[in-house]
Amino acid sequence: MAEELIAFPSKGEMLEASRQFWNPDKTQFWVDSGVPLVIDRREGYFIYDVEGKRLIDVHLNGGTYNLGHRNPEVIAAVTAAMQRFDIGNHHFPSLARTALAEALISTAPAGLTKVIYGSGGGEAIDIALKTARHATKKRKIVSVAKAYHGHTGLAVATGDERFAALFLADRPDEFVHVPFNDLGAMEQALRGRDAAAVIMETIPATYGFPLPAPGYLEGVRRLCEAHGALYIADEVQTGLMRTGELWAITKHGITPDILVTGKGISGGMYPVSAVLVSEAAAGWLSEDGFAHMSTFGGAELGCVAALKTLEITCRPEIRSMVFYISDLLGTGLRAVQAAYPDWFTGIRQNGLVMGLEFDHPQGAKYVMKRLYENGVWAIFSTLDPRVLQFKPGLLMTPDLCGELLDRVAVAIGAARDDAASGRRQA
Amino acid sequence: MTPAAEEGMRGAGEAGGRPISIDLLTDPAGVPRARAMLQRAQWAARTFGEFNKDTVDRVVHAAARAGAAKAREYAEWAVRETGFGVAEHKVVKNLASSTGLVEAYAGHDYVTPRIDPAAKIVEIPRPAGVVLALTPSTNPVATVFVKALLALMTRSAVVISPHPLARECSADAARTLAAAAEAAGAPDGVIQVVDEPSVPLINALMADERTSVIVATGGTAVVRAAYSSGNPAIGVGPGNVPVLVDGTADLAKAARRIADSKSFDNSVLCTSESVLIVTEAAAGTLLRHLKREGCHLLEPADRDKVRDLVFPGGQFDTRFVGKDAAWIAAQAGIRVPGTTRVLLAPFGLAVPEEPLAHEKLCPVLGLVTVPGDQQGIDAARAVLRIGGRGHSAAIHSASAATVMAYGAALEVLRVAVNAGSSLGAAGIETGLAPSMTIGTGFFGRSSVGENLQPGHLVQWTRLAYNNDPAEAFGDFAGLDPWTAHTGPVPPYPVASNLRETSPPAERSPVPVMTPAAGEPDSLRAEIRRILIEELRAIQRGGLGG
Repeated sequence: MAEELIAFPSKGEMLEASRQFWNPDKTQFWVDSGVPLVIDRREGYFIYDVEGKRLIDVHLNGGTYNLGHRNPEVIAAVTAAMQRFDIGNHHFPSLARTALAEALISTAPAGLTKVIYGSGGGEAIDIALKTARHATKKRKIVSVAKAYHGHTGLAVATGDERFAALFLADRPDEFVHVPFNDLGAMEQALRGRDAAAVIMETIPATYGFPLPAPGYLEGVRRLCEAHGALYIADEVQTGLMRTGELWAITKHGITPDILVTGKGISGGMYPVSAVLVSEAAAGWLSEDGFAHMSTFGGAELGCVAALKTLEITCRPEIRSMVFYISDLLGTGLRAVQAAYPDWFTGIRQNGLVMGLEFDHPQGAKYVMKRLYENGVWAIFSTLDPRVLQFKPGLLMTPDLCGELLDRVAVAIGAARDDAASGRRQA
Repeated sequence: MTPAAEEGMRGAGEAGGRPISIDLLTDPAGVPRARAMLQRAQWAARTFGEFNKDTVDRVVHAAARAGAAKAREYAEWAVRETGFGVAEHKVVKNLASSTGLVEAYAGHDYVTPRIDPAAKIVEIPRPAGVVLALTPSTNPVATVFVKALLALMTRSAVVISPHPLARECSADAARTLAAAAEAAGAPDGVIQVVDEPSVPLINALMADERTSVIVATGGTAVVRAAYSSGNPAIGVGPGNVPVLVDGTADLAKAARRIADSKSFDNSVLCTSESVLIVTEAAAGTLLRHLKREGCHLLEPADRDKVRDLVFPGGQFDTRFVGKDAAWIAAQAGIRVPGTTRVLLAPFGLAVPEEPLAHEKLCPVLGLVTVPGDQQGIDAARAVLRIGGRGHSAAIHSASAATVMAYGAALEVLRVAVNAGSSLGAAGIETGLAPSMTIGTGFFGRSSVGENLQPGHLVQWTRLAYNNDPAEAFGDFAGLDPWTAHTGPVPPYPVASNLRETSPPAERSPVPVMTPAAGEPDSLRAEIRRILIEELRAIQRGGLGG
């Protein structure tokens, strides 16, 4: 049935239809980039192109597939839930939403007490920003330059102008951008005590995972307290055990006022996002609980998927494996780097959150193409294409890590030659 | 119903409606978590397999000492939890199975490559990897100690699935060893334990491709399941130990050794004597000595009461496992002296329909009197036809010829000579490998014919040079492929820009989901009850080990 609905005579014709009916620029971009990928089957950390090519997925849609594609336990949970539930009615208290909220709060940094649901990360960021504005009665939002928090109305304004200006959605008067790792600039932005919140990805993903300098986030937290702004931790990409802790922000000893999660929270099976808020920030939930409505926000099937995902993620065995995987891959990548020190210039790593730096303004695009040829799918950083996002999964086996490193070493070497020869890989 | 379904639908029962079909779910409860343990063990084993001898020794000694330090606590706990055995005797076993075991193998090396210039062969030890250890209810903690320490000595990771009746003490013992091993530098996850063992869970783990080898101590059903799993297995079957006393034996010593052995830990060891066979010439004197040692000879009527009690309908009742003699006598409604520690139950012929000729994991000892040595050997063979093939036997004799004839005739792979069988066949009072896991070999449908020992968990990569004398053998002196390790393995994932500047952070505990988000307690209790019933049913197929 499904196959009949989505069958095309050939990959070429499918791509043509994609250009015609879906997104011409994006479709063409990948063809031109040497990554003509149309994903068909998927299982664990493997995705298969419609023509059968197997790829190890270390993009994982920013951690959406932390537990692998189509994790059997998540499938079982959602399948079971579908015998009884659907997305539910967002106005009423629900079994699944309540159970997930309780599970999220019980595993969250202390001080976060309520959960508000969205259907995706952007909506969740909008909820977080609206919540901060309500709590502080201030409008200004401070974020870091090259930040990425999503594409919805408020979220897009916090991010890079590439995505905001095109749609006339940038609002420089209300959304202030300061350079990352610059506490002086942050203080300058907050000094007027007119900011509702600072929103920070714990490690900015789309900017290539530049690591916060020692003390930076802690300093931002202190500045927020000093100047009456809330601290919003965007943990969409850094949360869910990717750094060896459930939430990366806890590695900094920071209790945020608001924490946002999405992507991997529901195992890639049914979208849901969540905003965890402190009691002090949660006032609107008591004042007017209907103030933010979302038909699909906290869809019950998504909540069941998320409950299962969270339960798996919190198993002590998984955390232990994250330590092992990050140690093995970190060591392996440093060995590759030692072979090409002038080309492969840096490894930014915090657990399984990794950015690989290359000595060329578009370096990661060369590497991405060679990785694709060699059976690995990883994406360049949109806002800093020197850096490849490298995001292995939580359940990688020793064998798969070994295979991955073999492929990566070859691809990085080949990409160096591509970049050196100056050939445009597009 | 999986926890997932439960989590999502907590309270659905009260709301009424159709329960969610179990057919939709992939794995029974607890299995996914246990599979994650195997994968973590795979990671641990991968690292552990590169440790050098000094590091391994440090880990092994630390774990053994931690176990020995709690030998008494675990002995008492095991008796309390299972109702089997004698705490004082379990202390002995726990010590023998921890520091005693390590001392016994002090001179052995399962880590460093062996070089044989004459054969022009270098042998590099290669650990099994992930050992799945099934441990019994009768010797719970001692078996956990042995299997965990053998894995550590040979650089494997071990996942222990304890018998449900001894779940808590076994799990705690495993955690004690794990904590000590990891504190001494062993990789994280090198010893893990399943908290909620069940039949489907054990079956799933046994068949999992991440399991390198199964070491199964338990009933026949579990051992057969291990061999049927598709994975390499070391399984050991039940015993049914005949002990022969001939006219040349020192009868006073024989009586004391038999009484001590049969009463040791109330006879829960599978190496414990089951049927005493004595020649007519020795019988009178031996029985007098046995009486002095607290062995009460049952009159025929009392014998029948005990037989009917312990073997209702001809089947051994596991309620009597590891119970003391006085209690069993009282249950049978017979009077025995207060010093009684063994009930001697005479019968005529060792044949299958005679319950007393079967394995009895309690201090009831069958007694058969025979005209001479050859008839004694024949009787012992008859006992082993009924059960315990490949396991153990004992003999008390001063005649080497009789001992040789006995050993050559019986289908067993160890004979304790002039020693109690319980601790003799288990290598504690003899030169055999000290172990509560007794290989029954081909006689007993097992791949291993020795007492379980470290060598069973290690294989060797052999570098074999051309035997042409013109081809020189390599100079391997001083070459060690393994490395010393200090500090936690794996290291805490510190951000790369902090690696040089900050000490590794402490490992914080994993946040635990609230019980409310997991299975409801009532459901959990119900599942446990069903599983324990299933296990009991399996157990009735034989409790050996």
